[in-house]
Amino acid sequence: MSSVATPAPVPHRRRRRRTKLQRRQTRLAWLLLLPALAVVVFVAIYPLGKTVYQSFTNQEFLAGLTPTKRVGFSNYHTLIHDTIFRDTVVLTIKFTVITVSFEFLLGLIIALVVNSHFKGRGVMRAIMLVPWAIPTVVAAKMWLWMLDDTYGVVNDLGMRAHILSHPHAWIADPSTQLAAVCAVDVWKTTPFVALLLLAGMQVIPKDLYEAASVDGANQLQQFWRITLPLLRPAILVTLIFRTLDALRVFDVFQVFFGYRLGAQSMAVYNQSTIVGDGHVGYGAAMSVAIFLIISLFVVIYVTFVRVSEQ
Amino acid sequence: MKHRRMLVLTGGLGVLALIVFLGVAAASGSKPARAEKAAAMPAPKVPKAAAIRKKYGGQTITFVGDSVGNGHVRDTALATQFTKDTGIKVNVVPHPSASDQSYAQLARAFSSKSSSIDVAMIDVVWPGAFAPYLVNLKPKLGKQSKLHLASIVANDTIRGRLVAMPWFGDYGILYYRTDLLRKYGYSGPPKTWSALFAMAKKIQDGERSSNPNFTGFVFQGNAYEGLTCNALEWIASAGGGHIIDKGKVTINNAKARAVLDSIRSQIGKITPQGVTTYQEDQTEHAFDNGDAAFARNWPYQYGIGAGADSKVKGKFSVTVLPHGAAGRSVGTVGGWQLAVSKFSKHQGASIELVRYMTSPAVEKFDAITNSNVPTIVSVAKNKAVVKANPYLKPAIASVPRVTRPAKFLGARYNEASKVVYQGINQILTGSPASQVVPQIKARLQQILNSK
Repeated sequence: MSSVATPAPVPHRRRRRRTKLQRRQTRLAWLLLLPALAVVVFVAIYPLGKTVYQSFTNQEFLAGLTPTKRVGFSNYHTLIHDTIFRDTVVLTIKFTVITVSFEFLLGLIIALVVNSHFKGRGVMRAIMLVPWAIPTVVAAKMWLWMLDDTYGVVNDLGMRAHILSHPHAWIADPSTQLAAVCAVDVWKTTPFVALLLLAGMQVIPKDLYEAASVDGANQLQQFWRITLPLLRPAILVTLIFRTLDALRVFDVFQVFFGYRLGAQSMAVYNQSTIVGDGHVGYGAAMSVAIFLIISLFVVIYVTFVRVSEQ
Repeated sequence: MKHRRMLVLTGGLGVLALIVFLGVAAASGSKPARAEKAAAMPAPKVPKAAAIRKKYGGQTITFVGDSVGNGHVRDTALATQFTKDTGIKVNVVPHPSASDQSYAQLARAFSSKSSSIDVAMIDVVWPGAFAPYLVNLKPKLGKQSKLHLASIVANDTIRGRLVAMPWFGDYGILYYRTDLLRKYGYSGPPKTWSALFAMAKKIQDGERSSNPNFTGFVFQGNAYEGLTCNALEWIASAGGGHIIDKGKVTINNAKARAVLDSIRSQIGKITPQGVTTYQEDQTEHAFDNGDAAFARNWPYQYGIGAGADSKVKGKFSVTVLPHGAAGRSVGTVGGWQLAVSKFSKHQGASIELVRYMTSPAVEKFDAITNSNVPTIVSVAKNKAVVKANPYLKPAIASVPRVTRPAKFLGARYNEASKVVYQGINQILTGSPASQVVPQIKARLQQILNSK
């Protein structure tokens, strides 16, 4: 028995027991994280979870008498066949693509201008932010009057400049309604895009441009070879911000069109389903669908970032 | 260098703040003259104020009140008087001017059992939906309710509970310019819709040369509750039923489709093209600014049009709305009630406010200063009231009133009305009635079936 060789000692893979200090530090870390985690659970995970739960019920807003019960996937089934919802998704995505493209291009130009050195640059930067500083509902109401066919200043100027032959009802006419609402959003949000891009430009080291000038690169080459590549992180942040914002647009649409059919954004239709019609369950299913649509855009962007980083 | 940049930036922000401030100040500085008329007649004193003060003095209640026309000025004047007499503080909050948004606001408060609203004004079509959240006023205000029109009290009584008190009534009427009718050789207002279209066209063609903003006819064409009221008048006055009759959807009939198409054919011709975005306020502005020959609106516009800052003072009158070839003139019943929230922490004080606001003295004050229709019969016949409000003359006030189909729909009314006004708005912006009305019918039927 004793001849049996004792097995070679297996190298200890087991983690070494953590010291008392380490354990205390871990505990402290969790303790310090706890408030932040609690906030995230409270403001993000709980409402989202509740919405998902509600989307499987027939809950009504003013449910005075009818008891709420679970209805499985029937809300989602209805949603797939809801042509009004489909129209709002298409309209909102159109709105997003148009506004984000214009805002990005114009914002980039403005950022380049105010990034260069000239007198009164500080004042210029502040004034540029005026549209963005006006609350959206106020701005929308203002544009509602400016675009009015009878009293609007836009038609008045157009007629005086002989661009228009007769006043046009920009908001009332279904063929120009999308253009009108996009124009207002571009007017209001371009400054924000310019501000984000400007912040990105300011961190690009100046000596890169000096070196490029010494090597004989002209302004355009400097822009394509230095500014744009180094601005990429800022551009991506800006695009993600704006896209998500545009996808959940509510105020301009609500002020301009009320609940006009064919002129509702996803958020307007969702709000009117829950609060106006009182269908909390169905509205929750719609919220989840909107959440997934917006997530899809996030996934696309994030993938793009990963791929471009490699 | 750094400091200088700071300075420039601060200066820039200062300029920005100034611009925003001036913009806001300019926007909020309009219409001061409107308060004058309400001030001309003092708000009535609160009866038995001492007893109320002893019981509830010092409490604070929130009243979600009016925002259209002079409504908020009136509410504030009455609340100030009430506070002075009883010691109950009243927080007056104007509700959103589109009534479906105001519905949404109340629905949100009630569904969250919020005590932030004590007294609210509710539309004539809402008692059914809100009944479970409102206090039964019968024990304390049952006696006073007997002064009011029995039909409205019945509307506000749900399963034997008086959930709201009638405050002021409403019905659609036609405003017309007496001076322009005379100028273009008309002896009286139009009786039919086709006569209105013809007159509006002639007057518009004549007036455009001196006023390029002039249009023949304005009404509420926006996709909101007000359009359901307008559409009901068009359809019922053409003999096309009342959208839902005896529990059946009746809107899809030839007369209804014909009148809707005839209105559509006039959009942009005798109306502004933008009339499909108009609510009450835009209608009133256009008419009182002297830019329209005819307008459809509620009686409240009369007081503003006859006011000091109106451009049509003494140049307009009111009558019943036109009718179609086969029908007769009607007016959609509107009107507002006062209700007390079940979640209010000061129900006693709130009921006293409602008692005061729906008393004969206040209804008389409201009718004369604000041209609202009294719901108390004796006030509606009062000479001073009729003199201030010609639409109370028997010839106009006795017009058949048509009601929106709320009683068939209960809590689903809002959704059904949305189907109606969205569809009608589509017609006004260009889709033929034969294409849209069947869709309206199908969706209404679906809502009725699922009830």
